[in-house]
Amino acid sequence: MTEEKTLLQIEDLKLHFRTGKGTVQAVDGVDFHLDYNRAVVIIGESGCGKTSLAKAVLRLLPRNVQTYSGQIRLHNQDVMLLGDEEFRGQVRWVQMSMVPQAAMNALNPVIRVGDQVAEPAMIHMGINKEQALNQARKMFQHVGVPVDFLTRYPFELSGGMRQRVAIAMALVTTPDLIVLDEPTSALDVLTQANIMNLLKRIKKEMGTSFILITHDVGTSSELADDVAVMYAGQIVETGDAYRFFTAPLHPYSQKLMASVPRIRSNQEPDFIPGQPPSLISPPTGCRFAARCHLRFEKCDQEPPVVEQEGRQVKCWLYT
Amino acid sequence: MSVNNDRLDTSMVSDYSKENGGRNQPLLSLQDLRVWFELRRFGFGHAGYVRAVDGVSFDLYNGEAVAVVGESGCGKSSLMKTILGLNRPTKGDVVFRGRHLTSLQSREMRDYRSHIGYVQQDPYGALPPFMSIHRILEEPMIINGIKDKEERNQRIRRAMEEVKMSPVDDFLPKFPHMLSGGQQQRVVIARAMIMNPNLLVADEPVSMLDASVRVEILRLLRNLQKNHNLAVIYITHDLSTVRYFSERIFVMYAGQLIEQAQVDDLLENPRHPYTLALLEATADPDAKNAEEYRDIPPGEPPSLVNPPTGCRFHPRCPHVIKGVCDVKEPPYFEPTPKHLVACWLFENDGVTA
Repeated sequence: MTEEKTLLQIEDLKLHFRTGKGTVQAVDGVDFHLDYNRAVVIIGESGCGKTSLAKAVLRLLPRNVQTYSGQIRLHNQDVMLLGDEEFRGQVRWVQMSMVPQAAMNALNPVIRVGDQVAEPAMIHMGINKEQALNQARKMFQHVGVPVDFLTRYPFELSGGMRQRVAIAMALVTTPDLIVLDEPTSALDVLTQANIMNLLKRIKKEMGTSFILITHDVGTSSELADDVAVMYAGQIVETGDAYRFFTAPLHPYSQKLMASVPRIRSNQEPDFIPGQPPSLISPPTGCRFAARCHLRFEKCDQEPPVVEQEGRQVKCWLYT
Repeated sequence: MSVNNDRLDTSMVSDYSKENGGRNQPLLSLQDLRVWFELRRFGFGHAGYVRAVDGVSFDLYNGEAVAVVGESGCGKSSLMKTILGLNRPTKGDVVFRGRHLTSLQSREMRDYRSHIGYVQQDPYGALPPFMSIHRILEEPMIINGIKDKEERNQRIRRAMEEVKMSPVDDFLPKFPHMLSGGQQQRVVIARAMIMNPNLLVADEPVSMLDASVRVEILRLLRNLQKNHNLAVIYITHDLSTVRYFSERIFVMYAGQLIEQAQVDDLLENPRHPYTLALLEATADPDAKNAEEYRDIPPGEPPSLVNPPTGCRFHPRCPHVIKGVCDVKEPPYFEPTPKHLVACWLFENDGVTA
């Protein structure tokens, strides 16, 4: 893990929100790193803090933030030290961009999609409208949208096409890193597979790195080089996709994998009993302990992150 | 009052189940069902039809679980709503428990609907936010004229226990927003079961739920189906959950059923190129997936206003036979027993009646 290979290094990232009921610890001490031209998928149940993690990385924060701390090193620069304006000018869209959840439904309905894709290029690359539209045209070709769609309005496009437009918008400034939040969850099966094909091609042709956030383990394996499993605001396991999908380490990962219905095997899926803990007052010790079938005394204390042949797992079983 | 009797209502449910409890006469029979919606120009003046369901026939027997698989816009929901009696068939008919849907008067319609339970896709959207769980479950019984309050309460308790929402008393006074997604879906299922239906229509019952809960809800539905000898129509776009739930499967494309077979047969020997594409597109978690592209036909499902001539899949089909597929609509062929496929590639494997 030399410095040149590492694009993004996140250490002890925390994002807590103030709410009427108390402090929600949506992201609570997350570490992971991502190399150039690789894709890490973050999987977990809803409410485990996946989307908050994405927003924390891009500093797209709501007003009720209580704590926002930790280190985010991008290109070996600690972007947490930048002010909001500097971050907006130098990092967001320029070095990393995001396709938010349901982006295809968030396009402005009264602006032509070409203009919408060109806008970030004008703002962040300092080019004029004509050049930006050219850039948008290039991106449309990359994502497989016919270029004459540039002058169309969002309602004239199908869901799959709008999702491609949203991806074109994230790509238009040619960032090194794109964060995708559930990019296929609202799409049909064939369209999903087409979008995943597209992301694989972009990764190969443009050398882009991805953080892919999803609850769909099957889809996640389409793009994953590395996998990070999130549970109750923390990452409980990281490792390379190959070994993760064959033999996950953390009991939660194992249960999660076993809950996936498979089409090419007769193995009966199983569910995970119980519910994820509240993020307002998470349990002390291991946060999964209450649902874990392998729980023992030590689990009442916070488990350390254990290095296991290049994979990291936050579980007492491996100490 | 026979509270413990499984079929409480005095209407014809129990009679019917006794008479036709065997699998000889179908519970539900769709006969060349067509549901077209008229398009109007500026509010009046005919501008064509959206042919949402265009010639669907199948029989469903007591206690049988079938799945209808297809992408959004293929007509699954229109099909389902017609079965529920919410759409009127344009042509063809729905025969449920020996009665033709098109012949029913409005009062008979209410009775018809009370025998069909409906599990909606989005549990939160399907539960009125201002009603307590108790009230939500009581409502269908009030509408259907169960006047005895004690009986209503007993049924509510039983339904809640059946969907494993215990302790019941803790949940009944709650409101939908106080429950988790999985619990909300259980309430929706309890509501669908409260009139002791013969048929349950489940429209993507787990697609809004987390993976960890999905299996739990599917298993619950499966148990209800077996314990009550319920017929279930499971509508989904996700082939991977079908295996654990249904016996037969129908693949729908552009308003038509293009392939039908037993589930295992269909998953192991898919015939129609569209079914093959659906299977190819469904990923099991495997690191190898990231190394290769999936072979997916380009394009999108056709417009249902002007569907393609001949086979509706032919513009996207990799095996299209020029001069055949784009001209003549394929009938059902039966390459292996009980496996029907509407595709010209199987012409030489024998035509069904």
